[in-house]
Amino acid sequence: MPKRTDLQTILLIGSGPIVIGQGAEFDYSGTQAVRALKEEGYRVVLVNSNPATIMTDPELADRTYIEPVTPEWVAKVIERERPDALLPTMGGQTALNVAMALQRDGTLERYGVELIGANERAIRLAEDREEFAQAMRRIGLATPQGRTVRSLDQALEAVEQTGYPAILRPSFTLGGTGGGIAYNLEEFETLVRRGLELSPVGSVLVERSIIGWKEFELEVMRDGADNVVIVCSIENLDPMGVHTGDSITVAPAMTLTDREYQTMRDASIRIIREIGVAAGGCNIQFAVDPATGEQLVIEMNPRVSRSSALASKATGFPIARIGTKVAVGYRLDELPNDITRVTPASFEPVLDYVVVKIPRFAFEKFPAADPTLTTQMKSVGEAMAIGRTFKEAFQKGLRGLEADRTGWLEGATPADDRLPGEDLATVLAALRTPTPERVFQIKRALRLGATVEAVAERSRIDPWFLHQMVDLLAAESAWRAIGPDGERVVGDDERRTLLRRMKRLGFSDRQLADLWSTEEGEIRVLRHRLGLRPAYKTVDTCAGEFPSSTPYLYSSYDEENEARAGGDRTIVILGSGPNRIGQGVEFDYCCVRAAMTFRELGYRTVMVNSNPETVSTDFDISDALYFEPLTLEDVLEIVHVEQPLGVVVQLGGQTPLRLARGLEREGVRILGTSPEAIDLAEDRGRFEAITRELGVAQPPNGIAFSVEEAVGVAARVGYPVLVRPSYVLGGRAMEIVYDDTSLRSYFGRAARVAPEHPVLIDSFLEDAFEADVDAIADGTRCVIGGVMQHIEDAGIHSGDSACVLPPYLITEPQVEEMRRYTRAFARRLGVVGLLNVQFAIKNGVVYVLEVNPRGSRTVPFVSKTTGVQLASLAAAIMAGATLDELGLHDDVIQPYVAVKEAVFPFNKLQGVDLILGPEMRSTGEVMGIADSFGMAFAKAQVSADGALPLEGAIFVTVNDHDKANVVPIVRRFHGLGFRVLATEGTARYLRARGVPAERVLKVHEGRPNAIDLLVSDRVQLLINTPLGKLSQQDDYAIRQAALQHRVPYTTTLSGASAASDAIIALRSRAGEVRPLQEWHALARETSPEWTS
Amino acid sequence: MRGDRVTDRPAFVLLEDGAWFPGTTTRPIDPAFGEVVFTTNLTGYQETFTDPSYLGQIVVMTAPMIGNYGVNVEDMESGHPQVTGVVVREMSRHPSNWRASRSLDDWLAEAGIPVLEGIDTRRLTRHLRERGAMRGVLAEGRQPGRELTAQLLASPSMEGLDLASRAGTRERTTEGDGPLVVAFDYGMKRTITRMLVQAGCRVTVVPAATSAPEVRALNPDGLFLSNGPGDPAAVEYALETLRDLAGGGLPTFGICLGHQLIGLAFGGSTAKLPYGHRGGNHPVRDVRTGQVLITTQNHGFAVVGDADGVPGAPGLEVSHLNLNDGTIEGVRHRELPLFAVQYHPEAAPGPHDAFPHFKEFMASLRQERAPLPQPLDRQHLSS
Repeated sequence: MPKRTDLQTILLIGSGPIVIGQGAEFDYSGTQAVRALKEEGYRVVLVNSNPATIMTDPELADRTYIEPVTPEWVAKVIERERPDALLPTMGGQTALNVAMALQRDGTLERYGVELIGANERAIRLAEDREEFAQAMRRIGLATPQGRTVRSLDQALEAVEQTGYPAILRPSFTLGGTGGGIAYNLEEFETLVRRGLELSPVGSVLVERSIIGWKEFELEVMRDGADNVVIVCSIENLDPMGVHTGDSITVAPAMTLTDREYQTMRDASIRIIREIGVAAGGCNIQFAVDPATGEQLVIEMNPRVSRSSALASKATGFPIARIGTKVAVGYRLDELPNDITRVTPASFEPVLDYVVVKIPRFAFEKFPAADPTLTTQMKSVGEAMAIGRTFKEAFQKGLRGLEADRTGWLEGATPADDRLPGEDLATVLAALRTPTPERVFQIKRALRLGATVEAVAERSRIDPWFLHQMVDLLAAESAWRAIGPDGERVVGDDERRTLLRRMKRLGFSDRQLADLWSTEEGEIRVLRHRLGLRPAYKTVDTCAGEFPSSTPYLYSSYDEENEARAGGDRTIVILGSGPNRIGQGVEFDYCCVRAAMTFRELGYRTVMVNSNPETVSTDFDISDALYFEPLTLEDVLEIVHVEQPLGVVVQLGGQTPLRLARGLEREGVRILGTSPEAIDLAEDRGRFEAITRELGVAQPPNGIAFSVEEAVGVAARVGYPVLVRPSYVLGGRAMEIVYDDTSLRSYFGRAARVAPEHPVLIDSFLEDAFEADVDAIADGTRCVIGGVMQHIEDAGIHSGDSACVLPPYLITEPQVEEMRRYTRAFARRLGVVGLLNVQFAIKNGVVYVLEVNPRGSRTVPFVSKTTGVQLASLAAAIMAGATLDELGLHDDVIQPYVAVKEAVFPFNKLQGVDLILGPEMRSTGEVMGIADSFGMAFAKAQVSADGALPLEGAIFVTVNDHDKANVVPIVRRFHGLGFRVLATEGTARYLRARGVPAERVLKVHEGRPNAIDLLVSDRVQLLINTPLGKLSQQDDYAIRQAALQHRVPYTTTLSGASAASDAIIALRSRAGEVRPLQEWHALARETSPEWTS
Repeated sequence: MRGDRVTDRPAFVLLEDGAWFPGTTTRPIDPAFGEVVFTTNLTGYQETFTDPSYLGQIVVMTAPMIGNYGVNVEDMESGHPQVTGVVVREMSRHPSNWRASRSLDDWLAEAGIPVLEGIDTRRLTRHLRERGAMRGVLAEGRQPGRELTAQLLASPSMEGLDLASRAGTRERTTEGDGPLVVAFDYGMKRTITRMLVQAGCRVTVVPAATSAPEVRALNPDGLFLSNGPGDPAAVEYALETLRDLAGGGLPTFGICLGHQLIGLAFGGSTAKLPYGHRGGNHPVRDVRTGQVLITTQNHGFAVVGDADGVPGAPGLEVSHLNLNDGTIEGVRHRELPLFAVQYHPEAAPGPHDAFPHFKEFMASLRQERAPLPQPLDRQHLSS
């Protein structure tokens, strides 16, 4: 059954911005899908609002629409492109929901578009929990007892039967949004209300709790001829009750006998047939009672997922790629196994290694959020590690997380492990509540003498895993015993045996050094002297049974090394590790672009990364893939084995950057901008000297090593000041402080200050405009890729601010000044590759805030806007080309407007205030592109799930500082016919200036008040600027109400002003969709000089 | 505790081509000789180790962590472990599973089966893949000596070895209810008997060397030929019996060694595969329907031939093919009610995709029986 020839054009829907529950894994699957379809000769039309993705690169699909992923906008694309089929299974729940909506409203039928991969019935059966439970009953399988409810009353009836704790799962939300576990009536009511609100269909499943049962997942694939294979089994270390995205997971399943596994496999095959996934992949979750082995089906996703991405990386079986091929008609046995290339894809991968995935959280950025792990996903990224044993993979995974743990290591203080104390009773009690630190709490408990049984009873983690941890703990003592302070003195032979055993257990040199109270370097020297280096093994899908030609490698301390030296035509690219706030998919985009370019230039390209969600860890992106943690030790060993020409550190964000110095010290050549130049830009003192030398203004600033010094610096530069620890990522612990008292409290609350931990204090330029410049330099020349103006005023992290390219309010001379400064910095620092400079403009003066001689977060946005592939050009430059040779002669200016908007996790992390500040908190971004600012901004808002109203009422409540400036904005809304509602002070101020505003009661002033209006849909847009440092409870409650009831909001005046522009644009004409390819053609017409 | 133990004894696997692989053992062992093979099954080590087809073999587990769920009383394919030795990357001594009755390591120790741990099993597997399954020895020590090598080279090779008569039952047993199937036991897995009984047969298991007249005397409605260890070509005594019974029209079903014997009995030949098929993920195409089955396999020999047929056996048509290497996975007789598969439809361990073969066999029994009165039927068969 070969591919279908009745289809010509296929529409693919992406998943939109990165949010908790829907991450980079959909860039990976979408990219695979696009490539798989192109290979077959189909014309591919893609819609995705997320510019930071590889899939939206204009070279991949035939038509790339960076447009909102909503039914309305996708319908416009369908109208324009007339696809024959729609593949909805590659873009997460977002794509499935849009496809379902288009099916329901008749759009697909009207334009003759066929759903392929999964049909309407399959999507509905899998999503509607009641129908799903019925379907399972039909095939003799059990699901947890539960009932779908549409009101609180129904819910209260349902919980009578299920009892507490009860699990709540809103229908059709992604990543379990709005779900949770209710232990009592009060929690239950809260969760039901929220769930009903968040479910797009207004229903919630109330389910019997099976907390503590073992949790498994199977990845299943079926073709149109009804051949079914299981690609991978996954076991969750954290039992039921913790969302699988937040669980530590292990592949393959560790604790199932064959009989139990086959029962699950049989069930999976029955399920995929019954639900009717015609051709494609699905993910099925099971719970197993540890006491009896009883199995229940939890859920099924008829699409690729985070787990399928993980399974693909864990097995080497590219689920999205194969899923796409079977969706267009191929049978599994007609497709080759892409790794072995000698066997077919109709098989089940077998692993001769163990894979551990560990989630990464961002609670440090959301102190108000509850860190308890529940059925609603809260993690923002993940690291995967491969080892020959669970212990090895577990430790590699923990160090790959880049969360200050060099392996399975307790925190320095009990608080670091989220413990109120360090006695055994306290630690054991804590184990009942799953948090990100639980595995470290377990280590403390075991060290304090807790038995495996005691830990298992509380954590409900299977004793098998706990025994593995006990082994690690025991090995630590054995190692400590032969250390410098240990009780045993051993010769080299025994030391080698023991060291090898420790390495086989996954201990890093750093960990071993800490246990000996020595330095990592000393262990490395000892290890090399004893002849111990990792052997790299191949992920080959078949446990060595067949030869494999794909170098997809991981390290182990076994004997046979399967990696070969690549030699001096080899370039190693260091990836960006697990996604986190401040370092997301945009850096993966840069690494992948570079890999593609180096390959085109004839280099052997080696990728190193630990993130299973990404395109970079797709084994066919580079010539060799090392799935390894990004630590100095791991990278040095890869360099030793590969003997490359050099290593690229400037594209993967902070992760590779902070390895640059160490690598250089060990004699590794860094390609592009030198580590010295990176240091020059990051070191406060040295950087200040450069700005003086170049005559660029900097906000008055200073560095402080103690609280008193800080107060002194603040007095000198003048309040308000921006204060932050040095060397931070994503504005971690960065705050704007208005007086001495707040400054002192900052140190108690947010950051330490000490001689080894200085803080940086800058005068804060209130009401300044900020701008970002991305540029590329070859050591002599520098070309500006784009100048972006932030829409929000200074003080909001650049990653959280919306921005517009080109600037819309900054004057041309100032833009020119920024270009000039950027070139000067590039030259002075000797930048070879990418460069990002942040500026602030106040009272006509251009200040430089920071210079980052590396690829920035905005590189993909700029490239998608202009069509100039900055990351690829940077790769070529790092390989020795000049800008002239690359034909990049002049700055890039395009005759249209692109807006980038940030997307926040506020609806996932309850209790977090949604005001913006200098600490970055967004998880992803979207882009709107149009011929006017208003329309581009409007599109970006739609994509960011903040679609602006065309009419209705706006509710204005702003602080005194903003009152004067809000008047013209409100006047415009009034002019557009909006009703204006405001709290007393604001209303009086507006009325006095001729804007008719109706007064609304504050929360404490009685009913109906502001919140009542928001809850009852009587407000269509909220304009609320926080009341400065004295942010009040009322204010917070209003914002929370807007968030929960999905009322569009803005917390800045510049955002409000932009919103009015957008509404004007939306009302004056219908939004048009246009693919990047057409925009870029337009840009080439107007600026032919830089594309020769 | 594993991590803390420094009392592991150095040990190694030595192969007949001179390659050796260091590891450890926790117990003193005497040199154990056997054919070294690898299996890629991820689960089901207990079923594997008790499968009589592994008699005389040293089994390398490619799955690196073995013993995780212990052993239990149910997942036995015979009364005791059959393997000569076990080679693993890591042995798990603290099993966790609601059915576990004890640890795998203790159970193997009690049966006197040597276990080597810490071996780079992937290197060993790749070596076997490149050089083929071969004789080997598990022994204690830091490295092999000359004497051991000589002993190894003098140990019997799998080719030409009749292990079936050793592995199979010595006495006749019967269970189940329904049409009578006589099952030749060349080392038959318990699950096969169970599946036949479940499918609705009365099964009389007979020793491998049972003669055709003895079988005919039982008035069977069908014949089953089991799996088993060793070289099929060495089981010559079975071939005449098979030609007599199956060739006489008695509905017949063969699995694994049984499949090979049918190939031989009807004129084909068998050959040793380079490194065999052992695992639970082998894709097999049903030639008739095109459907792909994921199958469990455990065989070192195969019926010679390809999609076009079995040379020398024009009566047989190829019903199933291995999609990895194109080898024959199943044959069906063009006229007689006879079919056989090289893989293990009973699984245990492995996927259940081929379960329907048992029903198919049942159907062939009924078909043969229904239209004809019994005496006539038997007369037809023996003519």
